[in-house]
Amino acid sequence: MVVTDTSDYKRFTGRKKAVLALLAVLVVVAFAVAINTGSIKLSLYEVIQAIVSGGNGVSDLVIWRIRLPRITAAIVAGAGLSVAGCVMQNTLRNPLASPSTLGIANAAAFGANLAIIVFGAGSIQSTSTDAVIINNPYLVTVLAFVCSMLATVVILLLARLRNFTPEAMVLAGVALSSLFAAGTILIQYFAQDYQIAAAVFWTFGDLGRIAWPEVAILAVLVTISFIYFMFRRWDYNALDSGEETAKSLGVNVERVRQFGMLVSSLITAVAVSFLGIIGFIGLVGPHIMRRIIGGDHRYLIPASAMIGSLLLLVSDTLARTMAAPVVLPVGAITSFFGAPLFLYLLIRGYQRR
Amino acid sequence: MSVNGLAFDYPSRPVLRNINFSICNGTFLAVLGVNGAGKSTLLKCINRVLKPRVGTVLIQKEEVAKLSRRELAKRIGYVAQRREQLNTTVFDAVLLGRKPYIQWEASSKDLETARKALSILELEEYSLRYFDELSGGEQQKVMIARALAQEPDLLLLDEPTSNLDLKNQMEVLKIIKKIVAAGRIAAVVSMHDLNLAIRFADKFILLKNGEIFAAGGLEVMTPENIEKVYSTPVKIMEVDSIPVVVPV
Repeated sequence: MVVTDTSDYKRFTGRKKAVLALLAVLVVVAFAVAINTGSIKLSLYEVIQAIVSGGNGVSDLVIWRIRLPRITAAIVAGAGLSVAGCVMQNTLRNPLASPSTLGIANAAAFGANLAIIVFGAGSIQSTSTDAVIINNPYLVTVLAFVCSMLATVVILLLARLRNFTPEAMVLAGVALSSLFAAGTILIQYFAQDYQIAAAVFWTFGDLGRIAWPEVAILAVLVTISFIYFMFRRWDYNALDSGEETAKSLGVNVERVRQFGMLVSSLITAVAVSFLGIIGFIGLVGPHIMRRIIGGDHRYLIPASAMIGSLLLLVSDTLARTMAAPVVLPVGAITSFFGAPLFLYLLIRGYQRR
Repeated sequence: MSVNGLAFDYPSRPVLRNINFSICNGTFLAVLGVNGAGKSTLLKCINRVLKPRVGTVLIQKEEVAKLSRRELAKRIGYVAQRREQLNTTVFDAVLLGRKPYIQWEASSKDLETARKALSILELEEYSLRYFDELSGGEQQKVMIARALAQEPDLLLLDEPTSNLDLKNQMEVLKIIKKIVAAGRIAAVVSMHDLNLAIRFADKFILLKNGEIFAAGGLEVMTPENIEKVYSTPVKIMEVDSIPVVVPV
């Protein structure tokens, strides 16, 4: 195609914007399906009425206390984890990078195990649909967060000594990851059955354990991070051309890497602490969109956010309905449906972009 | 552009010592020397990809060390020796050269400048092709177009013709020569091929063990100098009045 002016290019970027718009529509559709799905049957009218003006007692409770926080959490956490993965894959120059690469998820799991087993925050309750309850969710969340931030700080300090080279960060992450995994095993080895059950249950990842205050914290964090990432999108594009080229284009490479890691680690730490481990979205979300719209971060960052929301929301809706009234662990569902989708795109190759 | 008393050390060994030279716009300067003589390091010290231990670099009378990276990127375009594969179109790759000028989004002027840079390299028809689907020669031209889109006063090209075939070597150097001959910018080009250097460059720097062994116009490219720098005896012959360096 011969470009004599820039109109062809504008048409080309217009197609990418159309993909973004389509994704937004899909998220809205998934939202509509999710809000109308659940064990208590509400009519569409009741749902709309509950959202708009409060509705009656039951619909109000179901919509505002149960479904909306859960759905909002799916949208926000999905976007956050996916966009964090997108930035990590760029700053670490490693397609395998994801929010769990740096050991943050393992560190959070260690913290949760510590809270549940050592500090006795968990127990078993056989009458509930969820067989396990966590007595003191705040302690679990706080310890999970503290441990994951500890991992982040250690990695960033180690990386600073090595000028934030991607290799140093990835290797430090792998080392910390296995350190925390080993710590978790040791704690579990000396624990009671019911404590292990509670700890394992925690690691499954569940959107149901989040309420409005936590959703709000996560939403504020993800929104600010997203805006920050969008400001840096040209820097990430430049980094794809190599470190030296990025420097020659005016990018402060070390600082962009440092903040990219810090912000995406923070998102991961908060999301994992509130929700448990929800794997795969951070890895696969950005890769799906890279294959569909290419590696330009101007479009890749918003597209990654939306595909993350969509994947987690659809997965959670499936998790709620497939074996209702049992709610399946959403972390498993994301991988179970995300992996075949990803493999399909991998095999089909780079045809469209 | 002038370089004064520049030196650079890697932790284990000194690389460059006491480098002094200056060039004016419209000059094609070839930096020559054996592998490890410090050619790439010198280029990276000029645009502060590496920080020199001592010495100053002035560009249009401004000290490079005192400019912000963004301001520096508006003055010096750089094409690294190593190319990364990019999952973007050629146009996007060239538009990246506008990064130092872009605040939030590329303006229509940025798009137009990128398009012009593409047309200088005769890459218009590749505009919406994906970068990683191009041949090595085409990719190298895209990188040069990106550096031109920065609208620099100085181009630094690190072995732009290595890994290119004969046709592409000639094409790339002809284009660089043409751009420089237009008079607005200068180019500092590290090279291995002495024949191409003699054919296209106006000025030469021969680096030996991190120091300037000889610098100047075509007159410094004598068989004696070349032999001392490359430790290989050579003769310079003429084929159809084109000088050719022949190892003997």
